[in-house]
Parts: sequence; C-alpha cells; structure tokens
Amino acid sequence: MSARTHLHLAAEIGGPPHYDAGHYLRLAELAEDGALDYVTLGDSFARPGLDALAVLARVAPGTDRIGLVPTVTTTHTEPFHVSSAVATLDWVSRGRAGWQADVSTTEAEARLFGRRRAAPPAALWQEAGEVADVSGRLWDSWEDDAEIRDTATGRFIDRDKLHHVDFAGTAFTVKGPAIVPRPPQGRPVTVLDATTAPAREAAARHADVVHIRATTPEQAAAVRDEVRARAAALGRDPAALRVLVALTVDLGDVETTPEPGLETGPRLAGRGTYFRGGPVDLADLIARWHGSGAADGFHLTPITPERDLERIVNGTVALLQHRSLFRTFHPGGTLREHLGLPRPASRYATARTAAKGA
Amino acid sequence: MHLAAHFPGVNNTTVWADPRSGSQIDFSSFEHLARTAERGKFDFFFLAEGLRLREHNGRIHDLDVVGRPESLTVLNALAAVTERLGLAATVNATFNEPYELARRLATLDHLSAGRAAWNVVTSSDAFTGENFRRGGYLDRADRYVRAAEFVATARELWDSWTPDGVSRPFSHEGPQFTISGEFTVPRSPQGHPVVIQAGDSDEGREFAASAADVIFTRHGTLEAGRAFYADVKSRLAAYGRQPDDLRIMPGVTVVTGDTDAEAQELAYEIRRRQVSPQNAILAAEQVWGTDLSAYDPEGPLPDFDPVPDSGITQGRVRHGDPLETAARWRALAEAKGLSLRGTVIKTTARQSFVGSPATVAAELTAFVDGRAADGFILVPHLTPGGLDDFVDRVVPILQESGAFRSAYTGSTLRSHLGLPEPVWKG
Repeated sequence: MSARTHLHLAAEIGGPPHYDAGHYLRLAELAEDGALDYVTLGDSFARPGLDALAVLARVAPGTDRIGLVPTVTTTHTEPFHVSSAVATLDWVSRGRAGWQADVSTTEAEARLFGRRRAAPPAALWQEAGEVADVSGRLWDSWEDDAEIRDTATGRFIDRDKLHHVDFAGTAFTVKGPAIVPRPPQGRPVTVLDATTAPAREAAARHADVVHIRATTPEQAAAVRDEVRARAAALGRDPAALRVLVALTVDLGDVETTPEPGLETGPRLAGRGTYFRGGPVDLADLIARWHGSGAADGFHLTPITPERDLERIVNGTVALLQHRSLFRTFHPGGTLREHLGLPRPASRYATARTAAKGA
Repeated sequence: MHLAAHFPGVNNTTVWADPRSGSQIDFSSFEHLARTAERGKFDFFFLAEGLRLREHNGRIHDLDVVGRPESLTVLNALAAVTERLGLAATVNATFNEPYELARRLATLDHLSAGRAAWNVVTSSDAFTGENFRRGGYLDRADRYVRAAEFVATARELWDSWTPDGVSRPFSHEGPQFTISGEFTVPRSPQGHPVVIQAGDSDEGREFAASAADVIFTRHGTLEAGRAFYADVKSRLAAYGRQPDDLRIMPGVTVVTGDTDAEAQELAYEIRRRQVSPQNAILAAEQVWGTDLSAYDPEGPLPDFDPVPDSGITQGRVRHGDPLETAARWRALAEAKGLSLRGTVIKTTARQSFVGSPATVAAELTAFVDGRAADGFILVPHLTPGGLDDFVDRVVPILQESGAFRSAYTGSTLRSHLGLPEPVWKG
C-alpha cells in the first residue's frame, strides 16, 4: 500500500441530455461550492447531447475555481483541432481545463463521418495516446515567454521560442506549432479512464489523472500500483500521477439504506463500480479507502445528477470536511493546483536550456 | 443598417505596439470587445480563424500579432457574458467534417439561445494541410464544391430532428461526403445557424447567392459597392430567394476624431504605425519575392524586377501581379520622392471611413441608402478598446437618425439581421 495523499474528489455532471446552459451551470456551481477538484462531462457521437467541451466553455465564465473536464473523442476528429479547443478552454477558464480522451469504437459512429471503418480498441487507444502526445507537444510548442512585443525591433514574438512539433504517429501527422499560445496551465490536465487494458497503457504514458474501477480497496491499490509502476517504467514520475476510483453512485431517497455499499451486479449507468447507500455511507467508504492508501481520490458519477450531486456536496463532502479529510475551499486557482500537480515547463525550452549548457 | 465587430486580426492592421494594445488571447479582451459591441446594439461579433502560423522566408512570421484561441470555444464562453449579440465563428470547410462541425455549431446555437453564425471558408493549401489528417489534397477548383456540399449536408443534419424534438435518421450520399446515422443535437433555436460567406470571386458570389445569409465582402468605392450589391442580389432569384435573404456587409476600418482634419491626421499616424520599418521591408519582400533584409526601409526601393512565382511567404494569399505592383510602386516613389517605407505607407489601403463622428455616420448611411451595402463589419486596429469610440460617438448619431436600431427587438441573430426562419425540410 502506498502512502496517503491529499484526497481528490471529482463528479460527473452529465446524465439525460439538457440543451440549455443553466442546468450544467447549476451543477458546476454546486460542485464548486463543495470545493471538488473538477467536474467531468461525458460525450459521445453515439447518443443525444451537446458537445461537452462547448458546454464547459459556456460554464467557465460563471464559475471561478472548479476544474472543467469534458470528454473529447479522438477517433474521428482532427488532433490539431482537439488540442486547440482544449487549450482554448484553458484560456477561457483561466487555467481550469482538463480533457478526458475517449475513442469511438462502433461502425455507427464511423458512418457519421464516412472516412474510415471502425477499428479495434487497441488501435484506437494507440491513436488516442498519440493524440494526447501531440497535444502535449503542441501546448509546449510556444515557450512561455515567446510573446515579446519588442517595439525596438518590431518583433511581436521571439520565433526561436516557437517550435514545429513534426509529429508522425501511426494514423496522422502534425507539423505545428500550435495556433493557440501556451495555455495558462502550460498543459491542461489529461484524464484517462484506464478500465480496459489498451486504455491503461495510454494512461500510464500520457495521463495526469487516471480513473480506475475497483470493488475493494485491495483491488484499487493493486491497479494504482500497476499504473504507477508502468508510468515509472516509461520514465515518468509516478508522484505526478493521480489515481481516482470511479464510482457510480445512487444516494437513493433515504439517508441510509438497509445494506449500503458496493454492488457488483448489473450497473445502471456510467462507468465504474456501482455504489448504493446514503451520503454518510459514501463518506465512510471514501474515508476508509483513501485512508488505507488505495486511491488518491474518487470520481463520482451520480445516477441522478440533480438529486445526488446535492447530496454528495451537502452530505458526503460536508462530512469529510468536518472530519478534516477534505479541503473546505480551493486554495489555488488552477486545476493543476487543486490536484497538487506542478505546472510543467515546455519540453522545447528545457531542450534548449540543456543544449546551451552542454 | 447592420453592424458587426471583428476581433482584431493576425495581420498588420492590428497595431500591437500601441501602449493601449492589450492581449490578443486573454478572455478579458474578447469579453471587452463583445460587451462593447453589445452595448452598441451590434448584430454580431466575428472571429477569424488560423490553422497554421504564417511563415516568411522559411521562418515563422514575427512582425504581426501571432496566435489566437479556437473560435467556437471562445464564442461559447462569450455566450455566458452577453445576451443578444450574435456570435460568428470562421471555420474551415476543408479541414473539418460535416457531422462534427454541424454538431458544434448547433451546440453554440443552443447554448447562446439562437445567436450562432458560421463563416464558411475553404483552403486548398498544402502548407496548412500539414497540420491535418487530410493534408492538402483539395484542388483549388474543388474548394467551393466542397463548401457547397458541406453547407447542404450540415443543413440536412440540422433538419434531421423535427421541430417538436423527434430525432430521425439521416443519410447523405454525395461526391464529397457519404454519411448516415443520427444527429445528436435537436433542432436549435435558429433552426439553422446563420451562414456567412467571405469572398468576392465569381464562384464566391454564386455560392453566397445560393446558400449564404450574409456575404462578408471587401470595401471599395460607393460605385464599386453599388455594382457588387446589384450583381450579388440579382443572382438570388435563380435560387428562389428574395433580395433581402442575403445581407451584404463589407469589412471596414473607421477612424474618428473631433474634427475631420484631426481624424485624417490620426488615420495617417495609424497607417504609419501599421507599417513599421520591418513591416515595410516585409511588404516589399512579398512583392519582390526575395530577401530584402539588407535594404534600408528609409532608402530607395529595389532597382531590379520581382522574382516570379516565389514561395517566400506561406500561409498568406499573394495579391496581384508582382511586376505590375513593383512598377507602380517605383513610379509613385519617384513622383513623390518617397522612401521604401514611405511608399508602402502610401500604398497601404487607407482606412474606409475617416472623419468626425457626424461625417462617418453620414458616409456609412450613404452606403446603405445608396444600396452599396446592408451594413458593415468593423475591423478595429486595437485590442480590446478599438470600438469604444465608434460605439460611444458614432452609434448614437446613427440611432438618432433612425439609421440603426436603438434596442434589440428580437433575441436571435436571424431576428437582428431580419432574415426569415429557415423552412424545415422534413
């Protein structure tokens, strides 16, 4: 078991689709009141609903602190557009953007685009990893101090601090540099769901936050250890990785159900293990698992967001705060700060400094 | 009269060296200009697009503003801080697919309660294509073919839900796109987001007449404007459309001062700042097609002829015949005793409307009354305060004379533009 870390909490605000901004804004504000790290908004080309990144951009000016993490499909989309949109979400939210990369596996989704057939998950996750990779490079392609506005020489930018990324993946190439200057967080937070094996490899390589599925703390700890070990083997610092257990939660209509806890039977909604019980039971579970070092936190998908998110914030979170297990406000302004992740330096700036020193 | 605000661009119209010039990327800059436009009761706010940083002589161009955010994401955020202002995004039809873009546009229309617009542009250039899966395969001649089928396909998707909210499968089979399935977004408040077409070519005019709601054109003289206006409007009938179904809006620059003379002085000063010594050399290099970095901007023009078919500048369209341009510049420099930079300043397009607020208001009104335009897309030279003067000093005069609205009467961009509701094709 690993050492205990700060508790991180996130919540999904999607559910049956809504087509007005007010619904999502209210849920994001509620999550912000609970000092949660971030909200996610799921998305897919396969079922009704608005574009999730757009919804969270619409929510950004009405919120101050909460991290905003839309699902972005990498399969039939353009990696350059994806990286630009996520970087722009970081600009309009002043450093609160993340994205959860996902894939489109079905023929039905392939037919919406008509450009290629459906592919097996392994190939799609390989591609999703490459999209995450090239996005990171594009976000780094402007060094932080590239904009100089030097009136003496008439130069707006120092072009030595802008870099072609010259990325060649298995499915696409991107020349770069980015159109969008380096976002406030340097690199917006990359979240990946590591439930399946091919996704887990992409997560170990590219994720800042990994969502996993587990039904016992021992199982969660094992998956967390595996992801961290794989990241370390790839040359990454496992301390810069947050592993959150994904739970679908049904807080029911009563304060405490007769038999609260996890169910391994058929899941009713969303991803992750299904939890049924009262807000207090959920707080107990979170405290127990986190206390044992099984996870860095939890990503909660309420089966009925309007009802359950309110119970999570005013019940579960309030209790965890009362027990001093969770913060009562956001001390930082960016999602990276909430997660305790450092703002990364541009890899190109680092390479240049190293070359100079050599 | 219809008015729109263009966020200052990535070109040398924008004077970044002015001490009042703010960030071209912070959300607060977009918010300031959008709120100013809404205070002035403008029809819409307009964002251009960039998909590859411009390069000159094999290196990234560094003299103008570089870098901008992604348009649709910015506009969704602006929908939160404005209430009536239309929100127009330029999005390329070459490097996008109808399903995803139609979905993103319908989303903006929902999240803004009916204020979305799409400025359709196309690109055939392999230089930009290097950032995309598709590369630069598109033939120049096919650009409007793809754009037309793209718009038609997007409208099929927007029509695929019934007005009362029932999703029905769609199927489109054409030379550019063969797609089928179900659209994930119900019919949006405007039915179809407003479609803008930017471009003056014959194909561009025809495409606008067939499919666009607004044409974003280049500004010229009153006579040229009248001819363009009459030509474009006359093309609509062939598509079963009324003259008022398409709004003609040239992009214009405006300089105001307390008096006409003061405005003229200010306009010259702005042009001088737009053409920095380095920008003057660059402008000459674009004409001559070769490296002129050894030349003195305050010295004479090169005495040799331009290099034909030079690829020195990438990501920007090269206008006109370089030999002819060079000859014209040399003649002007000789006649007026101008330096290289002086010549560039002199040949740089003067601002469209220069004068006191009353003069500018009268000239704008004359263009609309004279059927040379239905309105204007204002391109300020400063971020983000470049429209403050216009909104504070010119708009009230236009409102007083009844040339421009004093209050929004509708809530959607279509209602501001006086465009009909699109007929649902079930």
